[in-house]
Amino acid sequence: MSMITPDRRGFVLGGAGALVVQLVPIPLRAEPEDLERAVRESFPGKTYQEGRVTLKIPVLSENGNSVPLDVEVDSPMTDEDHVTSIQIFSPENPLPNIAKFYLGPRAGRARVATRIRLADSQRVLALAEMNDGTLWAGYAKVIVTIAACIDLG
Amino acid sequence: MTVRLSVPQSAKRGDVIEIKTLISHQMESGFRRDAFGEVIPRDILKEFRCVYDGQTVFRAELFPAISANPFITFHTVATVSGELEFVWTDQNGVVTRETASIEVT
Repeated sequence: MSMITPDRRGFVLGGAGALVVQLVPIPLRAEPEDLERAVRESFPGKTYQEGRVTLKIPVLSENGNSVPLDVEVDSPMTDEDHVTSIQIFSPENPLPNIAKFYLGPRAGRARVATRIRLADSQRVLALAEMNDGTLWAGYAKVIVTIAACIDLG
Repeated sequence: MTVRLSVPQSAKRGDVIEIKTLISHQMESGFRRDAFGEVIPRDILKEFRCVYDGQTVFRAELFPAISANPFITFHTVATVSGELEFVWTDQNGVVTRETASIEVT
């Protein structure tokens, strides 16, 4: 006698169907337009040029859940000439924003370090806004072997 | 929540000092699922600030891409002896505060 009766098969398939229905998709990565939109929201109407921003992230990261990031902007950090904000953007994470740092002459030095999550190998963007309104960019390319965010823990 | 700070005990007026801060927090991104396929709700710290000598000298807006147990290193100019206040605010407005003193000569 077969162990799997039609009723039992139907029950198993029905259960599988219910499981599939419950899996509402969550966005796993941002589209490049999302990154552009995030940059526009932070710095409306501004264009940026490469330079003055040094973004350091290890080229190879085994674990995307905790990737060290170090960003420094070439600025005297005086009342007359200083960085007002440094913002980090990702083209591949579910959300394009990673962090926004606000500083001024009281910082003395425009350097910030933290640890971030990266969903995939990508080129991370750091933008720095100066008190004169100019916007500067630096990039870091990183290869991630185990991605963050999408683990089914 | 456990906070760990690294602030110099003393400095000369005008020196740029390095400050390191670490707070224990899972920074649940809202992009993970549990064993039953349910989305684990987002639970993150949204803001960090350092107040010193009557001014916010550094502020950070944090997103789900900040790793668990947020670690932030930044700098400030030693101006006066006194306290530096460190304030973390989570997505529900819950605040965690910690202070450190510095002697400026």
